[in-house]
Amino acid sequence: MSERPLSFLDRPNSYIGRSVPRPNARRLLQGRGTYVDDIRLPRLLHAVFLRSPYAHARIAGIDTAAASRLPGVVRVVTAADLAGLYTPWVGTLSHLKGLKSAPQHPLAQGRACWQGEPVAAVVAESRAQAEDAAAQIAVEWQELAPLASAEAALASGAPAIHAALGDNLAFARAVDTGAVDDAFARADAVVAETFTFARHTGVCLEPRSILAEFDRSERRLTLHCSSQVPHMMKEIAARHFALAETDVRVICRDVGGSYGIKIHVYPDEMATIALALLLGRPVKFVADRLESFVSDIHAREHRVAARMAVSKSGEILAIDIDDLTGIGPYSTYPRTSAIEGNQVVNLTGSWYRCANYRARLRVAFQTKPPMSQYRAVGHPIACAVTEGLVDLAARAIAMDPAELRRRNLIADDAYPCTSPAGLIFEKLSHQRALARMLELMDYAGLRREQAALRARGIHRGIGLASFVEITNPGPAFYGVGGAPISAQDGCTLRLEPGGAVTCAISITEQGQGTETMVAQIVASVLGVALERVRVVTGDTERTPYGGGTWASRGAGIGGEAALQAAKALRANILDLAGAMLQAAPADLDIAQGWIVDAVSGARRIGLDEVGRAGYFRGDTLPPGIQPELVATRHHQPRDYPFAFTNGVQASWLELDIETGFVRLLKHWVVEDCGRVVSPLLVDEQIRGGVVQGLGGALFEECLYDGEGQLLNGTLADYLVPMAGEMPDIEVAHVMTPLAGTELGAKGAGEAGTAGAPAAVMNAINDALAPFGATVAEQPFTPARILRALGRT
Amino acid sequence: MRLSEPRLLIDINHVAVLGGIEERGGALRIGALARHSEVGASPLVARLAPLVHQAIPHIAHPAIRNRGTFGGSLAHADPAAELPACAVALDAVLLLASRRGERKVAARDFFRGIYATALAPDEIVTAIEIPPAPAGGRSVFLELARRRGDYAIAGLAAAARPGDLRLVFFGVGDRPIEAKAATAALQREPAAGRVAAAQAALARDLDPPGDLQADGATKLHLARVLLGRAAAALAA
Repeated sequence: MSERPLSFLDRPNSYIGRSVPRPNARRLLQGRGTYVDDIRLPRLLHAVFLRSPYAHARIAGIDTAAASRLPGVVRVVTAADLAGLYTPWVGTLSHLKGLKSAPQHPLAQGRACWQGEPVAAVVAESRAQAEDAAAQIAVEWQELAPLASAEAALASGAPAIHAALGDNLAFARAVDTGAVDDAFARADAVVAETFTFARHTGVCLEPRSILAEFDRSERRLTLHCSSQVPHMMKEIAARHFALAETDVRVICRDVGGSYGIKIHVYPDEMATIALALLLGRPVKFVADRLESFVSDIHAREHRVAARMAVSKSGEILAIDIDDLTGIGPYSTYPRTSAIEGNQVVNLTGSWYRCANYRARLRVAFQTKPPMSQYRAVGHPIACAVTEGLVDLAARAIAMDPAELRRRNLIADDAYPCTSPAGLIFEKLSHQRALARMLELMDYAGLRREQAALRARGIHRGIGLASFVEITNPGPAFYGVGGAPISAQDGCTLRLEPGGAVTCAISITEQGQGTETMVAQIVASVLGVALERVRVVTGDTERTPYGGGTWASRGAGIGGEAALQAAKALRANILDLAGAMLQAAPADLDIAQGWIVDAVSGARRIGLDEVGRAGYFRGDTLPPGIQPELVATRHHQPRDYPFAFTNGVQASWLELDIETGFVRLLKHWVVEDCGRVVSPLLVDEQIRGGVVQGLGGALFEECLYDGEGQLLNGTLADYLVPMAGEMPDIEVAHVMTPLAGTELGAKGAGEAGTAGAPAAVMNAINDALAPFGATVAEQPFTPARILRALGRT
Repeated sequence: MRLSEPRLLIDINHVAVLGGIEERGGALRIGALARHSEVGASPLVARLAPLVHQAIPHIAHPAIRNRGTFGGSLAHADPAAELPACAVALDAVLLLASRRGERKVAARDFFRGIYATALAPDEIVTAIEIPPAPAGGRSVFLELARRRGDYAIAGLAAAARPGDLRLVFFGVGDRPIEAKAATAALQREPAAGRVAAAQAALARDLDPPGDLQADGATKLHLARVLLGRAAAALAA
């Protein structure tokens, strides 16, 4: 595995690499979690938003008089009422050259640009009273022409959604390595396809929620919110409401899923903060499921025209892509909405040796809800385009698709290397992962089974998809562009008098098991039992400063901070124990809560005795000893901009050619996220990610009509993937520990989502092959498959 | 979420006379309050109305089947729901009651359109009576839904009795639709080619409106596929 000594990781009682029960599972399963909606404060008020029913309309007038008179109503506000309480925000980053956007406000300023944009707010003693009143607000609308599709928005002569920006092109980027046309000209085969990816959204069990409490006496703002980024939210609130940074506290108790939905600044949440400032009473806003569909960020919506050139011998010679994506009327603050397209350009083809690459990206404003980062940002698109082309190329030169991959995947001994678009890969394991996959799934056996069944009229397909995943981003991702988004995280550990350990860490828990993973590292390095470690997350006043949880960075960055903090606290504990025992600290160790002799393992004194001496019985210590039973360490990636992971997924499915229905039979993932701290949690992250990817591939789609109206904004009509349709998902790992950290962990949160749609697409097209049909429009609905088969 | 804002909500759960599943006067009587899960687990239903027994697992999910009622599904009259189609295919009779008294309406006359029924504003469904399946009867229930438990893109409730065949489609119109032309084609002699003829004839029975899942032509195609599969199952 690794050549480096890994003493803390390999100790006999290490929890690293073991699956353990989750300490917070009991509380959550017993219904004792505390979500924002569970928090009830004295004098609490409830905010409800009136949202635009139109995709694009001018607000000629708003009459709030009737609503204001209803029982329980404290205040009805429109944009003008909040003026002066905040400064507007603009979703640009300086390193995304040319990215433009318009200022955003908590409530629409005389014009709504998407169906769902908040227009007015009601604050009342109860949610029901606020809803009653919102229904009585009379808005005089003047409809404007919607620009629902990205194509329409960029058509020549299309009116600019924001006149001051001149046009609707938010961002554009081009990459050209130079000899692309030559490579296509000398190719034995050229394949082309236009891949489309429906707009979809994240569906969190806990909707977006915020409770803002403003203490006028001290001008202190406390936000209880369902967020992945408490410190960023603190920074944003201080900045835009002109508060001292020390006067804002953000508390995120339990968070019911996030998937990237909860890393953005939303107008309704900013309005809730403004209302708390305005009224001097705590105000709560919890999005209901219907408004979540039109106010949470959406994702994807790409159309990628792509070509690949290949030689007869199976060498990929060139890739050429043109991506058009629609992001709604604003680039989302502060991460922007250009990252997904940018990732498509960066990632496409990057796991193959192909040196000739040309890409064009256009990011368009349109009158739909804002689109921004959602789990696996850009990866599912780049992966489906690349892997779809590889399968088409394999078919064109009559080569087995696994073999074509084997011939072109970057060799495992070729690292470090740089991709045509400039990505730097430290060390990946594509070849090993592919070999492991072919063995795991019994590729040859499946091909035989497929052929036998095909002869009986049963049409099954096999799809492969190799991929890379961006994890552990450094400051080059956002910080360099001016966003208050930290790429580092910190961990503070404190030995308690009784020998337990309190751990405060800036990465966050939203149900994925962060606290368990951190506790495993801390307990292993410190030599204490897992249940003796209490992990605290999600509170800007109780944890060190850090970025939070996004971009698959929790284990790689937060985990390393925890490991280093544990080493530091361990050294402090051994210093004190050495003084107590008149021994050299280097001759001592900690194991199972005891100070032990490092060589013999013989128990000397318990950690409780060290704690008691340190905190209560300083009188027993030698002169000059000042016990320091707390330690803090931070970590941020410095060696590489990102820690890439890699892997390969495979899908085995059955296609009913009469109905166009797809039945997923089995899914495999082989991936390399470096050191696996907690196998169960990693595997479930992978599985959950696969399920979200399968959702995009087969089910999820925000259906809009030409007027920019969402047609399926309920959970009855918007199809999230459900257990009944999911296949068994088998996960295996190749482990290439990350250099530059002691833990060696890379991220695992998005790999499943990155590769699953491509694997399913290729499997469907494999099943369709005897009919000369292909599909490239996600989600692959029965109707689209039947159309490809020419049956309707 | 205010998808529905009734001015008055009356809890009828405690009205015992509305519940129960029994054999009465030779017919199967299912009370309006019988839960889907109770109907699905009933040996009486399995014996006397196997089509209903086959249909129940397609209704939503266990949590919903534990709460949803037989009468509620019929009175709601969702054109993509399972039980209205079964009721029509089985020649069931609905018992309706109001202060004015009781009356019986045949299932085939009960469904009038999307969420529209023969119920008067002051009436409720109290029970449904289903003629028992005869010896030698066969039934087939088929449904195509994107996910297990979703409303059907297209579905078919088929009941065959000696000398009688009922093919009732759902999810392809504004109410359960009996495919009379296709049924006639399927029963013609000689047997050769009659499935294809029935599938062709289905265009005279159905003119499905499109929905979010599929356009009308796709739904007609899927209905034809179901017809072919039902015919094969009934002949097997």
